[in-house]
Amino acid sequence: MATKITMPQLGESVTEGTITKWLVKPGDKVNKYDPIAEVMTDKVNAEVPSSYTGSIKELVAEEDQTIAVGEVICTMTVEGDEESSAVEQDTSETVSVQDSAQQTGEDESNKRRYSPAVLRLSQEHGIDLEQVNGSGKGGRITRKDLQAIIDSGEFPVTTVDAKKEKENSDSRSAKETRPVSSSLVSGTASGRVEEIPVSGVRKAIANNMVKSKHEAPHAWMMIEVDVTDLVRYRNKVKDEFQRKEEIKLTFLPFFVKAAVDALKQFPEVNSMWAGDKILRNKDVNISLAVATEKELFVPVIKHADEKTIKGLAREINDLASKVRNNSLKQEDMQGGTFTVNNTGSFGSIMSQPIINHPQAAILSVESIVKRPVIMEHDAIAVRHMVNLCMSLDHRVLDGLICGKFLGHIKTSLENMNEKTISIY
Amino acid sequence: MPIISYIEAVTRAIREEMERDENVFVLGEDVGKRGGVFRATNGLYEQFGEERVIDTPLAESAIAGVGIGAAMYGLRPIAEMQFADFIMPAVNQIISEAAKIRYRSNNDWQCPITIRAPYGGGVHGALYHSQSVEAIFANVPGLKIVMPSTPYDVKGLLKAAIRSNDPVLFFEHKRAYRLIKGEVPDEDYTLPIGKADVKREGDDITVITYGLCVHFAMQAAENLAKQGYQAHILDLRTVYPLDKEAIIEAARKTGKVLLVTEDNKEGSIISEVSAIIAEHCMFDLDAPIKRLAGPDVPAMPYAPTMEKYFMVNPDKVEAAMKELAEF
Repeated sequence: MATKITMPQLGESVTEGTITKWLVKPGDKVNKYDPIAEVMTDKVNAEVPSSYTGSIKELVAEEDQTIAVGEVICTMTVEGDEESSAVEQDTSETVSVQDSAQQTGEDESNKRRYSPAVLRLSQEHGIDLEQVNGSGKGGRITRKDLQAIIDSGEFPVTTVDAKKEKENSDSRSAKETRPVSSSLVSGTASGRVEEIPVSGVRKAIANNMVKSKHEAPHAWMMIEVDVTDLVRYRNKVKDEFQRKEEIKLTFLPFFVKAAVDALKQFPEVNSMWAGDKILRNKDVNISLAVATEKELFVPVIKHADEKTIKGLAREINDLASKVRNNSLKQEDMQGGTFTVNNTGSFGSIMSQPIINHPQAAILSVESIVKRPVIMEHDAIAVRHMVNLCMSLDHRVLDGLICGKFLGHIKTSLENMNEKTISIY
Repeated sequence: MPIISYIEAVTRAIREEMERDENVFVLGEDVGKRGGVFRATNGLYEQFGEERVIDTPLAESAIAGVGIGAAMYGLRPIAEMQFADFIMPAVNQIISEAAKIRYRSNNDWQCPITIRAPYGGGVHGALYHSQSVEAIFANVPGLKIVMPSTPYDVKGLLKAAIRSNDPVLFFEHKRAYRLIKGEVPDEDYTLPIGKADVKREGDDITVITYGLCVHFAMQAAENLAKQGYQAHILDLRTVYPLDKEAIIEAARKTGKVLLVTEDNKEGSIISEVSAIIAEHCMFDLDAPIKRLAGPDVPAMPYAPTMEKYFMVNPDKVEAAMKELAEF
């Protein structure tokens, strides 16, 4: 008789978990408490231990599949219990929940159970309790924990933890972040203000921006690029492209392509700060800032280095329409390693973007404008010029490497013409 | 400073007050020639004679009543109840008369009587020799109830009680009599009635208690200190009226409060302490107020195992303190 093993409850407010790795396969013999799978939720990473001694019959859930708590993930044949009727067994009682930061068991069931004293102190001193580690039972934040913070004067804004960064980087995006502690701003003296409630996305944007700006020391650079040849080329092929592909060929795929090539050349830029180390991403996933009237999303072009101009154009088009249709999924926003921001689309010629945390840099592509330019032999010509602005996390990157990185982009763009580039 | 026992501090306080003021006299069962069943009045009969150290019949109502009458006439009686358990026949005298004389005579009369009684368990005294009776008197305005924990406090507070112009119930823990010793100066001193005393400073948890339980808490605190938790211990000393300011201050200090009494839990002194904290310290509390007390059963059992179960002891206090510290 097969006994069903279900997705355990991995935290009070956790409703689902993703099987990141099966540690067993059908037919494997397992002892009670042996780990059978690794599970990730937005809060914890954990191993699911076997509740029984027996053999694995069938893996119901696939790797990377997200399963609701209580749903069956696999079945097993329990030793010495072949006769018993199929009793649904869940493992929630025995699961060892592990803090992803440290691979030790940590009970956090009381992390959000605040005493009156803790609430008062957090409000009086403006401490975001989400960022405080509790030393009490079940991870409860004690009055003493807060007093220590107040005495030290070092109010936590966020906790940077190397491993957490790595493991959570996939799930970091503008959409999901913790709610911002609302700082109370009273109205103007005249009282003539209208209160606009802050949406979840707006809150997440605010939170991410504060986090990035606060944590990462931003440095800024700008170069100007002569894209006259690219403009000519694109104008020449765009109508045919639209006819064939039924999507518009904008300049953006070309810029993304140039950025991707530069990222491959300078992988330092394609990395992130992780406290005691720098994590260099092997994949090149480009986050693309896409604005709606009210909000800003950063969907991700996965493996952008493996795509042609056409592939990039299609993906950009798809992501943009998903944003407009409000059909963006969580996985569309995950895993970005570098952000390209098309500020030129609304006429900007210079901007200082805020880095998309936890990435190391962001590139703004400004408007392409016609300007008189002094060419070789002091000739003056009217050229299509564009500014590229880059903000960098100065913990990870220095000016020299970024200068080279931008230089590489400039060279690629200035040499994009009929002969050198293929759309398909 | 000489180190003396708790009971010796009682004797010294009485002797010094009798030497100082000839209006002070002692009355009670076996307090004279016998020197008291616990020997609290040992040597007083020899020193002051039968006029001032009076053996009475086994009639607690009369002991209290005679004392109250003498007090109203200007004397300063120290009436001894042989065991606090035996105070019941005298309750009418104490509550209806002693407590109300000043009020009902519009301040014309006063009743400066001290009623001493040994209370508490842990001495295999069973039902009628182990009770804590303070809660019975703790909502009777006009009375003061003093329950000291150390020899030093005994001497200073008993002298203050004898000199007080209003009735004071002075409850001495009978197990503390010879168990607890401490430094007591030879000189004359008094301690203020109505003032609690911080017996130990700490910042992790607050323990508020009185009587013998103070020592249990002190012992437990030393063990907990080895585990990194520092307990703040407030000895109430006077359980009625309570020192509200000290209670509030101690509770605010850590926000985690354990209240201990060996009396039955419901309606005990610590119930009132708990109410004071709840009223005043809401936004300083970091944990629910915790009470450790005797179970709500009629009396201390005789069987040693059952007595142990009933009585508060250092282990129980330590376990409760630890639980709170880790909360």
